[in-house]
Amino acid sequence: MIRIFGILAGLFFSLSVLWAFISGAIAVAPVLGEYGQFTEPMADKVFHEKHPPALHLQSDGPFGTWDLAQLQRGFQVYKEVCAACHSLKFVAFRDLEELGYDKGQVKTIAAGFQVPGVDPNTGEATTRPGMPTDYFPSPYPNEIAAKAANNNAVPPDLSLMAKARHGGPAYIHAILTGYGPEPEALKQQFPDFKVPSTGHYNKYFPSLAIAMPPPLTAEGQVSYAEGQPKPTIEQMSTDVSAFLEWTAEPKKVKRTQTGWPVLGFLLFATILAYLAKKQVWAALKPKKKHTA
Amino acid sequence: MSFPWAKQYEPKHPLMRYLDEKLPMPRLVYNAIGSGYPVPRNLNYMWNFGVLAGFCLMLQIVTGVVLAMHYAANSQVAFATTEHIMRDVNWGWMLRYMHANGASAFFVVVYLHIFRGFFYSSYKAPREMVWLLGVVIFLLMMATAFMGYVLPWGQMSFWGAKVITGLFGAIPVVGEPIQIWLLGGYAPDNAALNRFFSLHFLLPFVIAAVVILHIWALHIPGSSNPTGVEVKSESDTIPFHPYYTAKDGFGLGVFLILYFAMVFFLPNYLGHPDNYIEANPISTPAHIVPEWYFWPFYAILRAFTADIFFGLIPAKLMGVLAMFSAILCWFFLPWLDKGPVRSGHYRPLFRKFFWFGLIPTMLVLFYCGGAPAEEPYVMLSQLATAYYFLHFLVILPIISSIEKPEPLPYSITEAVLGKDEAAQLGDSADTAK
Ligand code: HEC
Ligand code: HEM
Repeated sequence: MIRIFGILAGLFFSLSVLWAFISGAIAVAPVLGEYGQFTEPMADKVFHEKHPPALHLQSDGPFGTWDLAQLQRGFQVYKEVCAACHSLKFVAFRDLEELGYDKGQVKTIAAGFQVPGVDPNTGEATTRPGMPTDYFPSPYPNEIAAKAANNNAVPPDLSLMAKARHGGPAYIHAILTGYGPEPEALKQQFPDFKVPSTGHYNKYFPSLAIAMPPPLTAEGQVSYAEGQPKPTIEQMSTDVSAFLEWTAEPKKVKRTQTGWPVLGFLLFATILAYLAKKQVWAALKPKKKHTA
Repeated sequence: MSFPWAKQYEPKHPLMRYLDEKLPMPRLVYNAIGSGYPVPRNLNYMWNFGVLAGFCLMLQIVTGVVLAMHYAANSQVAFATTEHIMRDVNWGWMLRYMHANGASAFFVVVYLHIFRGFFYSSYKAPREMVWLLGVVIFLLMMATAFMGYVLPWGQMSFWGAKVITGLFGAIPVVGEPIQIWLLGGYAPDNAALNRFFSLHFLLPFVIAAVVILHIWALHIPGSSNPTGVEVKSESDTIPFHPYYTAKDGFGLGVFLILYFAMVFFLPNYLGHPDNYIEANPISTPAHIVPEWYFWPFYAILRAFTADIFFGLIPAKLMGVLAMFSAILCWFFLPWLDKGPVRSGHYRPLFRKFFWFGLIPTMLVLFYCGGAPAEEPYVMLSQLATAYYFLHFLVILPIISSIEKPEPLPYSITEAVLGKDEAAQLGDSADTAK
């Protein structure tokens, strides 16, 4: 009885999904129902560079370490350029000690930022200079102000950016260097496609038009300290991407460095477990009969 | 409950004798996973995964309870407390990565455990109850994992919750009220997050209770084995301890190496970048995908793109019905697959459909469930879905009645040693009743 019902139910489900298959196959444009839409290939599908060029950082891979000099340069780029629009709300000034700044330097850096505060005399909302325990603030009092200042786009918080996009730091680096004029081929193939006046063509941004104006435009925009590499656009983008890799996961190097001893111990324990297993099971092997 | 030749627990130390009289806990352990539990001598490594699943459950409970000490289930701060765990809590990053990857490891282990059951037809009598409880565990695990994924309150948390609870909206008439009741609102928000946290904390303990029943039910007939031939005599079995404790110990070591390699070196590989963006109800991600362990069933859900019976059953409802039926039909397997022989090793036709039908189908469904709803994935998942239902509901009942099994060994002992000295002449190999 159960088997008859089973066969009927099985045929019901299979035939209905095959019906969907057939109606999809005969319709010129496949019907994708609720979960998708069938569209003509769009400009961003064709011209969007899905894979940002590889970016190699010293913190990559299972043996990575932080390049503190690079992180400091990246922080400098963030502070002098990106901080005008982007917050780092999960990073506290005190965290900068991990980049090699001493307590005094951190205090000075923090004091250079205005954070929301309360006037001690009137109780009114105001701002005060930052302290090491404060977090990198947003330059805007609220989202509406952020939108108003950026053609209706909100500059996202950058703390987790390197984890929040496919490609991570390589993507950030690609966005910063992916600006340029629209290619001729794009204009010819998709005459309807237009970057809005408030946007900027960027071949790595999913919609090809990003609201962020090119933040790094000139060599030497940030002046690096003596003995550091030349602040080319390429160098500054790489440095700030490395810095954002750190802000996204300050514990990353500690993580991989913890991993090795743990795996080493487990490997040792597993070999012992294997030998123990072999020894225990040896008792079961049929004994060879003595043929005299 | 056990075979007559099982060793008896004989406490020697007076303290243990005293304990045995007052609270025979050591006796229970001795009879369940100690020398007092005789187990077929020929279990292969596919029989390790039950113990590993139990280990994963404990791992999830331990890491989860500590995470809960630092997490706050409030939609205003949930995302920030998750980052607080990653950055400020001592070893918090490790706990969180262990818990997130632990969920994936748990599913890997349980999928292997279930497919072991499919291949060796472990679901057949006399172990139907073990199997049924197993399917209940699997459903509970899916519910737990789904609600856990909502807690960090990232974009995928939010939109995944919205899509999955939206499925209830497909039920005619009562669907929408049910959906609103489940969420405590029209869309996932603080009310939903709070109840999901509460249930996510509770359900693992419910699972633990069902696991106890699962093992209790298993210990009545005892484990099956790769030949599928039931235990006949003492020479077919060996005591669980030290043989299988040693084998499980080695298996656990291999498991831990792979698991910690993920935790320390690729902790976000199985996750989705969008979940590092805080939930935002007014910005829909380009592709909403659930966690990888839901992909096969998500592919089945999305395969139904056309209304049935001229609109009587809308496509979406059909997809929801099919997705749930895809798991619910496992409940009926013991009665759908009636063949007398259990092990796939002696079932030539069954074996072919398993390796060339079911396994590729599952792989296609896995792949398509994680892919965007575009061609060719939709058509591929439609074909795979059709085969999926045919396999369990049509092919298994039919082959189990027409198939001619290959000759079985007389006993486990014969299968292992080549001959069974205790084999009685004229006695034929037994099979599922
Ligand atoms: C003039 C303000 C401004 C400055 C300066 C600025 N940004 Fe942006 N940024 C924006 C805006 C606005 C967006 C939102 C873009 C959109 O959604 O189209 C954005 C978006 C981004 C994104 C996210 C892109 C995505 O995939 O969504 C990244 C990464 C980024 N900025 C990095 C940087 C870095 C690094 C710097 C410093 C070198 C920087 N920005 C400087 C305004 C700015
Ligand atoms: C938390 C999850 C689970 C735990 C802890 C668990 C635990 C166990 C253990 C310890 C065993 C004995 C060892 C072994 O055969 O591997 C076992 C056997 C079994 N389990 Fe599970 N299990 C779980 C989930 C499931 C699920 C989801 C199913 C099926 C849908 C299932 C079906 C079975 C069957 C059929 C057996 C008997 C196998 C045989 O003897 O051939 N289990 N389980």
